[in-house]
Amino acid sequence: MNFAPILPELILTIGAIVLMMVAAFMGKRGSNLCSWASVALLLGAVATLGGEPQHAGALFGGQLVADGFSAFGKLIIYLCAAVAIVMAHNWFERDFEHAAEYPVLILLSAVGMSVMVSATSLVTLYVGLELQSLSAYVLASYRRTDDRSAEAGLKYFVLGALASGILLYGISLLYGFTGTTQFEGVAAAFTRDGTTSIGLLFGLVFLLAGLAFKISAVPFHMWTPDVYEGAPTPVTAFFASAPKVAAVLLGVRVCLDALGPAMDAWRQIMTFAALASIFLGAIAAYGQTNIKRLLAYSSINNVGFALIGLVAGGPQGASSVLFYMAVYVVMTLGAFLCVQRMKGEDGEYIESIDSLAGLSQTRPGLAFALAIFMFSLAGIPPMFGFWPKLMVFNAAVTEGLIALAVAGILGTVIGAYYYLRIVKVMYFDAPAGQPYARGGNALETAMIFLFALIVSPLGYLLIGPLGELTGRAAGSIF
Amino acid sequence: MIGLMHYLAVAAILFTLGVLGIFLNRRNIILMLMAIELILLAVNINLVAFSAYLGDLTGQVFAMFVLTVAAAEAAIGLAILVIFFRRRGSIAVDDVNRMRG
Repeated sequence: MNFAPILPELILTIGAIVLMMVAAFMGKRGSNLCSWASVALLLGAVATLGGEPQHAGALFGGQLVADGFSAFGKLIIYLCAAVAIVMAHNWFERDFEHAAEYPVLILLSAVGMSVMVSATSLVTLYVGLELQSLSAYVLASYRRTDDRSAEAGLKYFVLGALASGILLYGISLLYGFTGTTQFEGVAAAFTRDGTTSIGLLFGLVFLLAGLAFKISAVPFHMWTPDVYEGAPTPVTAFFASAPKVAAVLLGVRVCLDALGPAMDAWRQIMTFAALASIFLGAIAAYGQTNIKRLLAYSSINNVGFALIGLVAGGPQGASSVLFYMAVYVVMTLGAFLCVQRMKGEDGEYIESIDSLAGLSQTRPGLAFALAIFMFSLAGIPPMFGFWPKLMVFNAAVTEGLIALAVAGILGTVIGAYYYLRIVKVMYFDAPAGQPYARGGNALETAMIFLFALIVSPLGYLLIGPLGELTGRAAGSIF
Repeated sequence: MIGLMHYLAVAAILFTLGVLGIFLNRRNIILMLMAIELILLAVNINLVAFSAYLGDLTGQVFAMFVLTVAAAEAAIGLAILVIFFRRRGSIAVDDVNRMRG
């Protein structure tokens, strides 16, 4: 048995188990060690992904695969996880005693996500998804002395477990009516029976409903604003980035690989989910006063655009989804890094949008960075956020889905309003209340600077390399 | 003679009861956890019945995985419930309302 293809998962699993012991025996003293060791482990796992893409073929009797697609997913996931750990390191310094377990949970969640992106069987899909979700439930309620955090964890848990149940019911039907859990076998059964079998159709719908919950696509988005608001900010940043990438990539593999022959059936469902997410994400964000809630609706909105690429299908559609998610995580992590800087003189965190008023006068640098992220999330050229949107619409138009692309562009215009409202509050409103406390971790400042640089027009320099990477990754699943 | 259809019907009924239990119950969060277990058990009945019908072991192995995950899920769910109860002193569904929007 050759273990080289699952080296990143092995590194993270063993590392997480060792660090859990360190956290248990050293308590708060171990938090520094655990955080930096976890970041090192994640970067080490990233390093093993380098070099020529491995086409190791099916592993463990066809349960997992280590191809270019999963390598690309893991790359983004590990980097997002590392950023979430660095963010939290500063965040927990103030008032929290159990900071050492946090990086361990992130590591375990990252392992679950790597299993998700490399799954080629319904069994590994489920196990990976659950490992990710179970760690996420704990992370959401991590600040257990806080009312909102406990409530966020509870809501996330109940709805997440329901979604897992629905997904699992779909998997059981697919297994029963195809006789196999391998994606290849499922695809072969769909080719054989078409979508005439009621059992197969039911299985497909339940499976997609469960996945839609995990990527918080409408109509399974209800948990998102509450969980994003209640969870600690670094955890929210993590939720908005890595798990979303993993679930979207899993969705791409399931739809294009296992359910590929049933494209007509899932295309309608995904078209609805994409458009509903874009419009609901844009419209429901209007009345929000909490910046984390607003970013939750922004993430719903963005997932809709990624789904447009999935609906387009084919290598071009898949690579546009990968490109979209890669740029999306940079924008969203940057925005959350800025949100984390919103704190008062006593170090308490402020989340209201009103408190941003006049930020351009009190903190011009922070205001400028946040404005770049907002413009980029809105997809306004010349920011880099415009390019991935162009790519998904381009993929849709190439496939002849012109109405879908037009509706999506309309959604972008509506969504631009609330992103621009933040810019307006920062730049044109008079300063109100106390300005935020100055100072902050130098590493975080460097990350904000780097992310802002990536999504600024300079990001267009990345189109070549990133496009090649996503193209190769998408090519490996066809 | 009890055939595959009977098992599937029982599983479908249990699944529906579980989903209804989550949405209709307004009293108690423990009941929600029980409803979630009901859903997972419905899935297990499905998997084992299909496995026996197809003469294929994968379904039974999968059922083992589901049982394991269900145990972990129940542990985490109860832990979160405990910290919620410590803060609020209540586990009524209607009290989970600090955030609305």
